[in-house]
Amino acid sequence: MSAALSVRELVVGYGGAPVLRGVSFDVDEGTVVALVGGNGAGKTTLLRTVSGLLTPSAGSVHLDGEDLARVGVEDRVRRGLAQVPEGRGVITELTVEENLRLGGLWRRDPADLRAALAEMYALFEPLERRRTTLGHQLSGGERQMLAIARALVARPRVLLLDEPSLGLAPLVVAQIMRVLRELCDRTGLTVLLAEQNVAGALSVADHGLVLALGEVVASRPAAELAGDEALRHAYLGF
Amino acid sequence: MSARRTLLLGLGGLILAIGLTFLLDPYRNYQLALVAAYLCATAGLTVLVGLSGQLSLGHAALMAAGGYGFALTSQALTSAGVGGLPRFLAATVAAAVVAGVLGLLLGLAGARLHGPYLAGLTLTLVVAVPAVAASVGALQGDRGVQMQFEGVPGPLRALIALEQWQAWVALAVAAVAVTGLALVRDGRTGLRMRAVRDDEVAAALAGIAPARVKVLAFVVSSVTAGLGGAVLTFVTQSVSPGAYTVSLSLLLLVAVVVGGLGSLLGAALGAVLLVLLPWLVGTVTDMLPLPSQVTQRIDGTLPLLVFGLLLIVLVACAPGGLAGALTAARARRRARRRLTAPAPTTAPPSPTAPAPRESARTPTEG
Repeated sequence: MSAALSVRELVVGYGGAPVLRGVSFDVDEGTVVALVGGNGAGKTTLLRTVSGLLTPSAGSVHLDGEDLARVGVEDRVRRGLAQVPEGRGVITELTVEENLRLGGLWRRDPADLRAALAEMYALFEPLERRRTTLGHQLSGGERQMLAIARALVARPRVLLLDEPSLGLAPLVVAQIMRVLRELCDRTGLTVLLAEQNVAGALSVADHGLVLALGEVVASRPAAELAGDEALRHAYLGF
Repeated sequence: MSARRTLLLGLGGLILAIGLTFLLDPYRNYQLALVAAYLCATAGLTVLVGLSGQLSLGHAALMAAGGYGFALTSQALTSAGVGGLPRFLAATVAAAVVAGVLGLLLGLAGARLHGPYLAGLTLTLVVAVPAVAASVGALQGDRGVQMQFEGVPGPLRALIALEQWQAWVALAVAAVAVTGLALVRDGRTGLRMRAVRDDEVAAALAGIAPARVKVLAFVVSSVTAGLGGAVLTFVTQSVSPGAYTVSLSLLLLVAVVVGGLGSLLGAALGAVLLVLLPWLVGTVTDMLPLPSQVTQRIDGTLPLLVFGLLLIVLVACAPGGLAGALTAARARRRARRRLTAPAPTTAPPSPTAPAPRESARTPTEG
C-alpha cells in the first residue's frame, strides 16, 4: 500500500518555542489513522501544518509524493487535502446549502457540484432537512456533520479531522465515525483523525500514532495500541 | 435569485425610473441624476463592506479617479473629433478602468490589512487624491477639468429638457452598475465574499483564496465608484478636487450603514438620503426666521448633523438599517397574515403539495 500522506522531520513552533520536534509518519491510502495524545501534545498544530495554515521551520509534507512546501492552503484543498478544523469551521452566517456549495465552488462543472451535494445529503440525512437553516442555528452535531460534509464535497483524497467528537453526544460521535469508516472502505478515502477521545478514535482507526510533547512516541496498528496497557497509562490516560 | 430574474429586474427598474423622469420637473430630474451617481458608489461600497467585510473610507477618491478618467478621456476624444455615444461609452469605460486600477492597488495592500489599518490606508487615499489632483497641472489644479457643454442629442432635443436627458443617462449607468453588483452578490463570487467576511480560515480550508477574493471585492467596488464619478462629472459637466473630500467619503459610508449594510436596496435608500437630506434641511432652514449669515453657516453643517443623528437612531432601533427595517416589517406582516388566515378545510392534501417545513430542531445536540 502506498503512502497518501507523508510527513518528514516536521519542526513547528510558536514564537521560538517548539511544539513539534521532528515529527515523521506515513498515512497509507484508504486507511484511518488516529492521532492521539494529551492536551498540548501538538495534534492541532500538526494538522494545521499539514493543511498549510502553519509554516514549519523544518521538515516537509508530501501528498501522493508531491512536496507541499510551496502550495497554499486553498491549493492543497484543490489537490485533494481537506481539513475539518477544531471548532468545526462552519461559516455561521451561511445556510447549510451555501456551506456545502462553498466546499465545491472551485469545481467548474455545476452538475458535478450538484451530484456531490446530493451525495452529502444522502450521507448526512439531518442536513437535508436543514438546507435553508443558517449555520449558527444548527445543533453541535449538525454543525459537525456539515463541516465534514463540506470538506467531503471537495472530494478529497486525504481528510484531516481535528477533534470531531468535541462537545458532542456519544451517539452523534458514533454516527459520524460510522459514516467516515464506511466512506473510507467504499471510496478509498484516507483519514488522519486527531482525537482526545482515544478509545473512540482507535475503535475506527486502522493505525494509531501517539503524540507526546511534540514527538511521535508510538506508531502501531490501532488494535495493538488500544491493548497496550503500559502505553495507555503513560500517555493516553485510560 | 437567478441571473435572468436579476437582469429582468434591472431592466424593469430602469424603465420605471425613466418613466418617473416624465413626472418630475428639471430640478428634481437633476437630483435624480445625482442619486443615480451616488447609487453607483454606495452600491459598490455596500458590497465591499457588507459582503466582503472590508472597510473603505476612500470611496470619494475612487469616484474622483473615475471622474477625472471620464473628463480627460472625453476631452481627448473631443479633440480627436470623436463625439456622441462612442465618446461617452469610451470615457465611461476609461473611468471604470482608472478607478478599477486604483482599487486593485488598494485591494492588494488591503488584503493584508484589517479593520483600523485598512480604514487608515483608504483614508490616506482620500486625503491624497484631491491634494495630488490640485497640484498636477494636467488636472488643472483646484479649478478642475471643465467639460465641453453637452446638450440633449438631436432627435430628443424637442421632447425633453437637458436635466431629464442627464437623468436618463445617469439611471442607465446606475442600472448597469447595480445589476452587475446584484449578479456578483447572488453568484459564486458573492458566496466567496460572504465566506471570507465571516471566517477567513474556514474559507481557505474550503478551497477559497481569501486574499484574491478581497482584492476582487475592492476592484468591483472601485469600478462602480468610478462609474459614479463619471456620471457625476457628466451631470455637473466638471470635475474638481473640492467635490471629492473626506466628508463625501464619510457620507457615503454613513449612507450605506443607514440604508442597511450589504443591501442594494439600502444603498439606493442611502443615495436618496445623500441628495435629499441637504435639500430638505435647506428648505426647512429657509422657512425659519434666521439671519442669512446663520442660514448660510448651518446649511453646510446641519445635513451632516442630521445624518449623524439618523445613524445613531437607526443603529439603536434598527441595526439592519432602513432596508433591514423594511424586511423585518414585511416578515411581521406576513406572520400576522398567516396567524389571521382561516384554518384549512378538510380537503385531502394534494400529492404535489410540498411537505410542511420542520420547525423543531433535530435532536442531535451534543
